[in-house]
Amino acid sequence: MGVNSGPGASRFSTRAGLCSRRASLRRHVKPLAVACAASAVLVLAACGSSAGGSSSGASAASGKPSGQLVVFAATSLTDAFAKIGAQFEKANPGVTVKFNYDGSSTLATQITQGAPADVFASAAPANMSTVTDGGDATGTPQVFTRNTAEIMVEKGNPLHIESVKDLADDKIKVAVCAPEVPCGALAQEVFKNAGVTVKPVSEETNVGGVVTKVTLGEVDAGVVYVTDVKENGSKASGVTIPADQNSITDYPIVQVKGAPNVTAAKAFISYVLGPNGQKVLASFGFLPPG
Amino acid sequence: MDQEKQPFNPLLALLAALAALFFVFPLIGLITGAPWGHMTSVITSKTSLDALGLSIVASLASTVIALALGFPLAWLLARGRFRGKGLVRGLTTLPMVLPPVVGGIALLLAYGRRGFIGQPLDKATGISLPFTLAGVIVAESFVAMPFFVITAESGLRSMNRRLEDAARSLGAKRWTVFRRVTLPLIWPSLVAGTVLTWARALGEFGATITFAGNLPGVTQTMPLAIYISQSSGQLDQAIALSLVLVVVSLVVMIFRRRAAGGG
Repeated sequence: MGVNSGPGASRFSTRAGLCSRRASLRRHVKPLAVACAASAVLVLAACGSSAGGSSSGASAASGKPSGQLVVFAATSLTDAFAKIGAQFEKANPGVTVKFNYDGSSTLATQITQGAPADVFASAAPANMSTVTDGGDATGTPQVFTRNTAEIMVEKGNPLHIESVKDLADDKIKVAVCAPEVPCGALAQEVFKNAGVTVKPVSEETNVGGVVTKVTLGEVDAGVVYVTDVKENGSKASGVTIPADQNSITDYPIVQVKGAPNVTAAKAFISYVLGPNGQKVLASFGFLPPG
Repeated sequence: MDQEKQPFNPLLALLAALAALFFVFPLIGLITGAPWGHMTSVITSKTSLDALGLSIVASLASTVIALALGFPLAWLLARGRFRGKGLVRGLTTLPMVLPPVVGGIALLLAYGRRGFIGQPLDKATGISLPFTLAGVIVAESFVAMPFFVITAESGLRSMNRRLEDAARSLGAKRWTVFRRVTLPLIWPSLVAGTVLTWARALGEFGATITFAGNLPGVTQTMPLAIYISQSSGQLDQAIALSLVLVVVSLVVMIFRRRAAGGG
């Protein structure tokens, strides 16, 4: 440690200098520091309350939706719901719709942990059950659309992947969603129906991850929703899975218990179930409910 | 090495306590929320052990890479005289401020199967980094190495170089000067940099899942396993695994203070 004394000593001297300077500034520093601390606390408090209270402007009594509506929706709904949201805002001036897109399971966890959502649209009934079983939903979930699986491959399908069976080939790199998330459960069901064992190179946390891996050419094929293939038609091709091997998944929607904006939540759900919402969903390749 | 005693300042103490509590409360949340009843069964499940093993192997490997490649880079940045040094420093420390997902995408575009380096590599050798343990190590190195470079560089910069001159003037050879003077002087920085790098690699999530994917037993490290369990509603499992990661990191961070502080 003898060598350390050199730089150590010089450090001491600069510190002492700083201290004396600090001492002379102390009178000014103190009120400033108090002000800083106080404002920090205020800002934090404001942030904390805004999440829950922002949509309190919506008057539940008057029946006419207004204020901010927070919709938690499955990743696979991203584009369709963006369009529905814009149309809904147009039809209901004074309402702004905020979307939180993620895997349905993540969203369900967030809601059961008290996230301030008004509406939850899940890509699978299982994740909806997490929310309803936890007593975090108001009313019964309604199926508003359905989706089914398709194989996504590189544009033009250069490897001539024709069927689910081809995915079992070790030379074909396949990405699927993790079995814990809806698109992964769907893929597992397809593999089971087709009687094949597929060893994926990756189990992505949401369907977007699978789409990215296919469109970047990192994998040769991925099991995604038909809506994803339609959406990415310019970057990838699809291989249809025959109906007897495929599986259809229901998308339920529900009002979250304790929704900050009940009126807008109810209006949004009926808009999605109504002809306008259904038309948009169909245009993105979703199947009509039941 | 103790400093002069600071007079007690209540305001300072209050703010410091607030800062400390800010970090302590979430930890308490993890501890109180943990499934203590079946903790061992969660931790010793195959998925957890695989993930823990992968995390340790990958983070240690990327730390070794960071030392081997990062030290020469830090040396040149601290002592070299060449044009564009600022640019090199900026570029190599960029991953510290980039969202890790961006790093992952960038890695795919360079070293992925269709990347401008990955494609020729794949064609020539059949080696493809994504979805392999090597891919995990590449992703972790990319994100973590800057922490070593920047810490080692600042250590090299702040040391008293006249001690090296003195040693040389007394006839010491370059290697001896490095080993007996330079290295002991920058030792605390190197230890701190190593531990920071390792900790960053251990916690890496975004670049790893983007570049190396997620497959249990192959590329699924602890943070990925934790993310998957929380996103599949298995919060118990997520909390238990998080606590393991917290304990491992805490032990190393405390060890770092000992090693770097020189006792």
